[in-house]
Amino acid sequence: MPDATQPTQPLAIDVRGIRRVYNVKPKPVVALDGVDLQVEPGEFFGLLGPNGAGKTTLIKILTTLLLPSEGTARIFGFDVERQTKQIRRIMNMVAGGEQSGYGILTVREQLWMFSQFYGLPSRDGWNRVDELIEAVGMEEQREQRVSTLSTGQRQRMNFARGLLNDPWIFFLDEPTLGLDVSAARAVRELILAWKAAVPGRTVLLTTHYMAEADELCDRIAIVDQGRILALGTPDELKRRVQRESLFRLELDRLDGGVDTLRALPGVVSANQVAADPSNGKGPRQTIDINLALVNDAALGDVVGALGGMGAHIRALRKSEPSLEDVFVELVGRGFDEAGESGPKDSTPRVRRQPPASTDTDDAREREVEVVG
Amino acid sequence: MSEIGGARRTEDAPGRNAFVYRPTASPQDAAYWSPRQVAMTNLRTVVGRAYPRVSGLFREKSWVFFEILLPFLATSAFVFVYRALQAPPQYIGFVVIGGAMTAFWLNVIWMMAQQLWWEKSQGNLELYFAAPMHIMAVLFGMAVGGFVMSSARAAAVLVIATTLFGVTFAIDQWLLLIGVFLLTLAALYGLGMVLASLFLMWGREAWHLTQLLVEPVYFVSGLNFPVGRLGVLGSVAISILPLAVGLDAMRQLAFADAAYPAGTPSPAVEAAILAGMVVVFLLAARWALATLERRARQEGRLSVRWQ
Repeated sequence: MPDATQPTQPLAIDVRGIRRVYNVKPKPVVALDGVDLQVEPGEFFGLLGPNGAGKTTLIKILTTLLLPSEGTARIFGFDVERQTKQIRRIMNMVAGGEQSGYGILTVREQLWMFSQFYGLPSRDGWNRVDELIEAVGMEEQREQRVSTLSTGQRQRMNFARGLLNDPWIFFLDEPTLGLDVSAARAVRELILAWKAAVPGRTVLLTTHYMAEADELCDRIAIVDQGRILALGTPDELKRRVQRESLFRLELDRLDGGVDTLRALPGVVSANQVAADPSNGKGPRQTIDINLALVNDAALGDVVGALGGMGAHIRALRKSEPSLEDVFVELVGRGFDEAGESGPKDSTPRVRRQPPASTDTDDAREREVEVVG
Repeated sequence: MSEIGGARRTEDAPGRNAFVYRPTASPQDAAYWSPRQVAMTNLRTVVGRAYPRVSGLFREKSWVFFEILLPFLATSAFVFVYRALQAPPQYIGFVVIGGAMTAFWLNVIWMMAQQLWWEKSQGNLELYFAAPMHIMAVLFGMAVGGFVMSSARAAAVLVIATTLFGVTFAIDQWLLLIGVFLLTLAALYGLGMVLASLFLMWGREAWHLTQLLVEPVYFVSGLNFPVGRLGVLGSVAISILPLAVGLDAMRQLAFADAAYPAGTPSPAVEAAILAGMVVVFLLAARWALATLERRARQEGRLSVRWQ
């Protein structure tokens, strides 16, 4: 858990019964519907949800850009409705795809201009800008016009802007939206390095990239249709859908097929995933099997039985459920379907098949790359 | 990106690096600013926001063509009309002053008034409101930047036209003339701030309204003739339009020897009217911005993305 700088310090974010309705035609849109949320100082907190879930609306309320229709919200004890000045002095924000500033200025000038809005003395502002340009790795673009920057460079510059005033709380609204894998990774590293520099710094991240939330966040709230459906650490959330121990086996052979495995004690299910593309004629035959066991202890019996059948285990990997599995279990649909679905069945449907493995960097990067 | 973790420390401030600029003990410490800090932040904001406009002057040279040469043609056209009609020579001067002041009026109506609306579409507006300075400081910065840009145009029109058309000024009260000029600008940009807040709220509707008003305002302000010629209408214009009253006062002061049409107040009275306008417009702008910020926060109009 994050370390608070003072034991009596108020919550970094304290949201009570927030509701936000947009009065648009043909009928009002309920963007937030009774949200309660408490974030400790020093926490890296994620709001995970599909487009239209209400994430940006909540961020806009917390950054004093929007008033709630009902409820209260406080940032480090300051009320978002009445104490906007205090909040604006201690926070900053960066949004994905942000095109702020003026294309005619160079990167250095643009950042200096924003430094003036936070009251940095002129000379300090230039020095600070140079430090941040170096920190975000934009030395080569220092004198380049903003209008000529690539999306990734622009987002790094936006991060430098967001850090100009040493915020205590940093709001990030889909910060890696549209970035390629390496740019997104650079941005994530930057956030973590900044946060680690001072205890008590708090980050609220909204994203619909689940791997990103999994990697960065201490706790996550899964949001959909203006409501928080689940809240906890990534591991806690995943445990909610993990009813069995899941393994992926790579075998050289399996006489009798997967039915042999299903008959073993402690095995809930066994499914062959992919046959060897060489169809057994290649130099190396592999049989991949997804195995669901009642618990981890049942694995010993399975391994022993496979040895008795003359099968050799080439690889064994435990499969963890992903946050996507959590979302699907809670909502009954995936993120990609979110925008297309109409009024939903409110009863969560349980996904029974073993989730795909996502616990590698490659898997995360693939997801970010495809979605972004 | 190995440099990310290795933010360098500056020699002049031990313990500081890119990720730690102004260490504060707690968020509460950082949230309370002294009145001096508040004032200095607003002052720096004025300078910071003026910077893009001023630096833009030297980067996009096309403004010389669009902002000086083209408007100069319009001014010249009236000069030739007055010459053809054998109007008193001071009328050439009236047109030249009107041409110079047009630069400021256009700056206010086309750039200042629409600026917040434009900033919103660019995504800058929410960053302005999320920063700790007063939004009036941003508008002041825009005004200063616009003033510098428009002054270049006004000066160019004044110098070129005076030289080409042989305008002779007869100025008895230099200080009052300078004072009226500055008051006119202050009132004009104050009006621009009020309009900016209206644009923020009504956006496209306000744009259309402005389009509708441009030519009538040109006419009743007397950009190309003494507003006194309009009789009652001119008097009304003088009481509500800073451009009309400022122009009239400057013409009276710059051409003291002219047979000026009766029916308009003396320059001193007009200076007092302008001073009143400055106060009213600035207070109105402050009130309108605060009110409209609250309404915009209620209705979600500060940003383009709203969900």
